[in-house]
Amino acid sequence: MFAAPFEYLRPSTVDEAVALLAQHGDDAKLLAGGHSLIPAMKMRLAQPRFIVDLGRVSGLSYIRESGNMIAIGAMTTHYALESSALLGSKCPLIPETAQTIGDLQVRNRGTLGGSLAHADPAADWPAAILALDAEIDLAGPQGRRTVKADGFFVDLLQTRARPDEVLCEIRVPATSKQVAYEKTEQKASGFAIVGVAVVVGKGGDVRIGVTGVASCAYRAKAVERALAGQAAASSDAIARAASHAGDGIEALGDIHASPEFRLHLVEVNTARALRRAYEIKN
Amino acid sequence: MSAQAKKYSGQPLKRVEDPRLVKGIGTFTDDVRLPGLLHAAFVRSPHAHARVTGIDTQAAKAVKGVVAVLTGADVNEKCGVVPCAAAIPDLKLPKHTVLAGERVYFVGHPVVVVVATDAYAARDGADAVDVSYDPLPVVINPEEALKPGSPLTHPDLGTNIAFTHNVNGGGDIDEAFRKADRVIKQRVYHQRLTPMTIEPRAVVASYHAGEGTMTIWSATQVPHYLRTLLPGMIGVPENKLRIIAPEVGGGFGAKLNVYAEEALCGHLAMRLGAPVKWTESRRENATSTIHGRDQIGYYEVAVKNDGTILGLKARTVADLGSYCQLLTPAVPTLTGLVLTGCYRIPSIKMEIVGVYTHKMATDAYRGAGRPEATYLIERLMDLIAKELGLDRVDLRLKHFPAPTDFPFATACGVTYDSGNYQGALEKARQLADWKGLMSERAEARKSGRLFGVGVSTYVEICAIGPSAAMPAGGWEWGCVRVEFSGKVTAITGVSPHGQGQETSFAQIVADQLGVAIEDVVVMHGDTAVAHYGRDTYGSRATVLGGTALVMCTDKIVAKGKIFAAHLLKTTPDKVEFSGGTFSAPGAAKELTIGEIALEAYVAKNLPPGLEPGLEASSFFETPNFTFPFGTHIVAVEIDRETGRVDIKKYIAVDDCGPQINPLLVEGQVQGGIAHSIGQALFEQTVYDENGQLLTGEFMDYPIPRAIDIPEYILGHTVTPSPTNPLGVKGVGEAGTIGATPAVANAVIDALESLGVTHLDMPLTPERLWRVVNQRSVAGVGA
Repeated sequence: MFAAPFEYLRPSTVDEAVALLAQHGDDAKLLAGGHSLIPAMKMRLAQPRFIVDLGRVSGLSYIRESGNMIAIGAMTTHYALESSALLGSKCPLIPETAQTIGDLQVRNRGTLGGSLAHADPAADWPAAILALDAEIDLAGPQGRRTVKADGFFVDLLQTRARPDEVLCEIRVPATSKQVAYEKTEQKASGFAIVGVAVVVGKGGDVRIGVTGVASCAYRAKAVERALAGQAAASSDAIARAASHAGDGIEALGDIHASPEFRLHLVEVNTARALRRAYEIKN
Repeated sequence: MSAQAKKYSGQPLKRVEDPRLVKGIGTFTDDVRLPGLLHAAFVRSPHAHARVTGIDTQAAKAVKGVVAVLTGADVNEKCGVVPCAAAIPDLKLPKHTVLAGERVYFVGHPVVVVVATDAYAARDGADAVDVSYDPLPVVINPEEALKPGSPLTHPDLGTNIAFTHNVNGGGDIDEAFRKADRVIKQRVYHQRLTPMTIEPRAVVASYHAGEGTMTIWSATQVPHYLRTLLPGMIGVPENKLRIIAPEVGGGFGAKLNVYAEEALCGHLAMRLGAPVKWTESRRENATSTIHGRDQIGYYEVAVKNDGTILGLKARTVADLGSYCQLLTPAVPTLTGLVLTGCYRIPSIKMEIVGVYTHKMATDAYRGAGRPEATYLIERLMDLIAKELGLDRVDLRLKHFPAPTDFPFATACGVTYDSGNYQGALEKARQLADWKGLMSERAEARKSGRLFGVGVSTYVEICAIGPSAAMPAGGWEWGCVRVEFSGKVTAITGVSPHGQGQETSFAQIVADQLGVAIEDVVVMHGDTAVAHYGRDTYGSRATVLGGTALVMCTDKIVAKGKIFAAHLLKTTPDKVEFSGGTFSAPGAAKELTIGEIALEAYVAKNLPPGLEPGLEASSFFETPNFTFPFGTHIVAVEIDRETGRVDIKKYIAVDDCGPQINPLLVEGQVQGGIAHSIGQALFEQTVYDENGQLLTGEFMDYPIPRAIDIPEYILGHTVTPSPTNPLGVKGVGEAGTIGATPAVANAVIDALESLGVTHLDMPLTPERLWRVVNQRSVAGVGA
């Protein structure tokens, strides 16, 4: 468990980080918590020549209101998100999701931006970010740009962020309390076998983000459509809608859950998350 | 044992070991740093079976810091083969050298060792070694391995069968089956498990060329076994070899072994003239440290319609993996010793077939053979009750020997020392509120919930073991010294690695000598200090090591009485010893044991013919195993939609005899049950059909965590063992042995309405969902 040799670089601003990425190209990896990167390096599955540590970049760890949105710095830890009173009252899906991640030690080191940029197909955050229809700010050599969460996750460990960009900020809308995250844990790793995040918006629109099932997180749009405009869905309507949660999805399979079981669980967890979000008692 | 008031024994004292461990200032093997220390790393086989066609070490030797790159050709002639100490007749053994020779036969098989000035350089060097392989046919499934035409794990052995072992006991088995009203059959698979100690293995070897002496630190349970067996491997004589097991972070049987890496580090230290360290990575721990269990059993039980069991036939296929470690073939034979559980079963016949496959060797893992036996008999009791429409608890009670029947000889050829199985069962039912629990079950089922209650009544074998039952001694050694200052040093030959005997043995010795517990230090795990010992495994330490210390204190008290009589001007038979003080009727004063010790070492006024000093050592040979027992009751509910098992209630009543330290007992039981819950519900070592290990990290091998563990309701009964003066029985494995069948029985009971009578472990959500789902689809479901 000894990483291959690498050079450690520690920028103090986002611009410096972007410049280092531009300089070293594919030989560089950003370190933003390290819970995926460092194990991969210790097993020598990843052998970057340069590690660009974002840990000392100032101004990347914050949670603040910005108009109707809440802006979160990319280097904000899971624990900070879990324990934020602001998010607890204005965007409770974020703390609810955060507290299902790993254990306290993981949550004290791992970051939202690191998780989103890594795009592990079983990570928890992508489900919440999709359900919240978040905005993501990326800084690159040409300056900053904003992308929507919907479409950000492209494939296994692949996002719309370009290799020379640094994920800087995530903005999520203030929501009601009508949110829920239903997760089935992979017993060993604690990652999601299936995680379903639900946000019921004003006017009854519902958004559903799903992680763990496919090679990247997705919006369960068939379910969203079936429930569109229903301010108070019935349990039956939810069950019918949730049966579409895996429509058209090519599910992953491994020793922890077969594709068939994942496709079953995504329906169950979607229905459970919806019932909770709509505040329907079982 | 002298009649002393027990001030400390029986008290739930906190572990004296804990402060240093909690503060992070304990010394583990990896913490040992020596001047000029070199670091070893291994190149291991990525193939389950392959011919090694070439090894190019040139690039590795060029890596900065690399000192040596050695292959099997370089070291195997100089290091003896990895020893197997199991006495199984006609055992076919592959010659397992410390590094692979021309063939590798499991993923993780060490092929090349690289030694460097630091651990990073060693790993860089290992990565630079280029080994060419020519893959060979692989066999992974032990039942496939038995079929004609199967690939052979070791072509030179000509067969995959390592041994066939038969156990026949009690009455005529054929007659039992002729007389039976029914024969109930079941195939049971006991899945492969990975011990996953939190501290992996680690070795530091240091050779003093001038003295010709070797010191080896190892994360081992068995420093004395290493001292006995390594001389034959590395050529350092026993009396020049010192083994130190410092803090050891968990063993569970995985460190009850002599591994290639231990011998090799010793050899390298001699060869390179510098100390050598190796610390296992987690992946190496998963691929190349022993696994546990992996038995497939076919069982037939002959019963009368009233439930009377007449006989039991078993055929077990034990997957040994690719070679034998120290006790590999012995583990399945332990299953045969306790096959009848706590029941009167008049005749048994068991055939155990040990099979080689291209996987890591199996060996002793917490319970070692007894969990397999207990799981099987406890599943069978439920199956019999179900088949005959009998109450499963009544069926168990019907077959219990009465407390007055002990010593109770079983058809398996062992004699249970003492027991009150009825008492433990009753206590467990009481703690469980059995009637209330059964109505809760009935109510839950009425509303369609999958609610189950499981029971297991178990007996196990501890205090391993009498020397007659062991390959090389089953006794234990101890030494107690009352020092000049009156402080007491107790040295034990057992090698605790988490069990807490620095605390419990201090309790025993303090009570025996009537001194303050703070004045007693317990030393262990260093063969230069604890000269002899048979170490820690098989729930033996307190029975054997504790008794050896009692024998020492008895000798010290006897000698103290001679001193006291001399000083008090009386005869030894008139001297009383109580509360740490020697007294005699009519004597002017009393003498504490400390005062006697001072006289004994100052030695200016010795009784005639008596040696100075106040120290004694003893070997304790036990007349028999001990047989702790108990009852576990567990209630579970299965989520019909997700297959998730929720443990609603857990009751365990264990009888390990008198408890020296109830807090330690509770810790052992809690940890054991946690292991069992892991096995019953989610743990499994998985190899794919090519022999690749899919559970090589904590990312994929689930060990139980706090969140998986319910609140336990623990109780105990106390039935002393007649085998030793403390009356103790051992508790290190009880939880693991009693709990697995209780949890499995509960889950299977919860599926009763679906017609399920047996399922193999682990009872994962997907497995249970499939059962529930398929039955529902077929319209059988509730």
